Amino acid sequence: MTRVCVIGIGHTDFNSMTPGMGWKEFMYEACNKAYMDAGIDPRRDIDSFITCAEDYWEGFSIFDEFVPDQIGALLRPCCTVCGDGIYGLGNAYMQIQTGLMNVVSIEAHSKASDLLTYGDIMLHAFDPIYDRPVSGPVQRPNYAGSPSYTEESPKPLVGASDEKERIHPYFLAGLEMQHYLRKTKTTEEQCAMVAVQNKRNAFSNPYADYELNISVDDVMKSEYCFSPLKNLDVSPTVDGAVCFVLASEDFAREIGAEPIYLSGFGWSSETPWLSTRGMEADYAKKASKMAYKMAEIKQPTRQIDLVEVDDRFTYKQLQHLEALGFAGEGQAGRLIEDGSLDIDGWLPTNPSGGSLGVGNCLEATGLQKSLEIVTQLRGHAGKRQIADAQTGLAQSWRGIPSGSGAVAIFTRG
Amino acid sequence: MEQKKDEKVTYPKYAPGTHVSTSDIYQKNITYSWWEPEVQYAWSLGPAYSRFLEGLKEGKILGIHCHKCKRVIVPPRSFCEYCYGPTDGWIELPDTGIIETYSVSYLDPDANRIEEPILIGVIDIDGADEHHGFMHYFGEMSKDEIKIGMKVKAVWKPEDEREGSITDIKYFKPLRGGE
Repeated sequence: MTRVCVIGIGHTDFNSMTPGMGWKEFMYEACNKAYMDAGIDPRRDIDSFITCAEDYWEGFSIFDEFVPDQIGALLRPCCTVCGDGIYGLGNAYMQIQTGLMNVVSIEAHSKASDLLTYGDIMLHAFDPIYDRPVSGPVQRPNYAGSPSYTEESPKPLVGASDEKERIHPYFLAGLEMQHYLRKTKTTEEQCAMVAVQNKRNAFSNPYADYELNISVDDVMKSEYCFSPLKNLDVSPTVDGAVCFVLASEDFAREIGAEPIYLSGFGWSSETPWLSTRGMEADYAKKASKMAYKMAEIKQPTRQIDLVEVDDRFTYKQLQHLEALGFAGEGQAGRLIEDGSLDIDGWLPTNPSGGSLGVGNCLEATGLQKSLEIVTQLRGHAGKRQIADAQTGLAQSWRGIPSGSGAVAIFTRG
Repeated sequence: MEQKKDEKVTYPKYAPGTHVSTSDIYQKNITYSWWEPEVQYAWSLGPAYSRFLEGLKEGKILGIHCHKCKRVIVPPRSFCEYCYGPTDGWIELPDTGIIETYSVSYLDPDANRIEEPILIGVIDIDGADEHHGFMHYFGEMSKDEIKIGMKVKAVWKPEDEREGSITDIKYFKPLRGGE
């Protein structure tokens, strides 16, 4: 088996709105930068192209068909992985291991600002029989809306709960947070500290969009969205695109790239039954076990120098750190309190600012996290550089309402 | 197998063969779940698409150059899919072209017959490279007249009705001699 290297990274700026650019140009910018970074010509040197996207975020059916031009993949092997961008890394790894592909490009992006009905699209991912009807959608007969409905044959209303107000689907995070706090005795203040730290880290990251100098008190006083989840516990959405180029070790040597290895990868999915599935991020536990085994990591706390974990909601960062084995159950809150997760702590966590500081970039989240790890391992992280970083871990969760996630481990050669 | 209208159909007792009808759905005689998603998007278009659509508003078809590939591309895009370089150099193209391919379309999306079939096809715009143009309707011609290679010209909406959309062109009509 060949070792697989990251030979190129590229990304756009991350902004809450990007009205000046179309999504194709957005993807083009990230990919073009990654190809320039690798010093390769995509039309000649890249064997396979992977985009990670979800049709509903894009507004296209069969979005795969709309990607070749802007990623350099015209009339070349190209596919879309319906999932977080980090899954693209795993797929690229496997493609390279087949020996069929030497160089693979992976792209993921968010154009969240193009979505007018973000909450409704997310609600559409809920189980239609059991979960959507009690998630508060209002459905009223709309005779005018469709010519096929008349007063005699109105739109069917099975499962509708039209006497209730609508709820934003983020309430699921409120449910999980409630459970997590109770079970682990983690406090709301400890969660608030995650927001404070990540938003502060974002000041040292030029591409982050949600840097804030706030206190725990500010977070605690922000309004409840879905108790115990408060406004500042939630990462706001952001637009951004990220591209990675992975290659076999031989190719990386040939072009003289500084080798950063994708040394471990794992992924896992929970059952969609909300009542049955665990609320301890079991997907992250399983995914990390798989990745640790592959990367030969026996003691993550000793062998990993920095982590970027999913923090789309503050408690998620703590829950994920525990699931990944960096803290015992209910102990991650202590780590944020005692400074362990600071940039100069023993486990620097989300130095990029994470999703709370950079923004929630939908399917690009896992690649944004991987981007930070690779930037750190290269020693290019500027003010937020972690000294002597050798091995880093990026973990991503697919967001509400999913129970899926993946872990990638990168090592400096 | 076609059944004659008045022929009495007999089914075995154990399989009455009753079809599910629309009224069964409305009367909830069958088990089902209903959902209609609320999905709305407002795509930012970026410089290339935007300028093209602005051009349509002014009654112009704009193309863009890829100097490296020596192509005149329409509709314009910010980058060239062949060489992966940026495109630049805008050019105003005539609103004429030739029919590259077409179809006389008889069915609506629910597969009902359309009384007056719709003529739709792809137009190669004059002044752009071969196979560069867009899809549109054809008008002022019959389904028997339309043919591949036919010269056509855009019929524009009145200026005050144009909104920066591909439908600012109503359809393409035959470009007859002398026009």
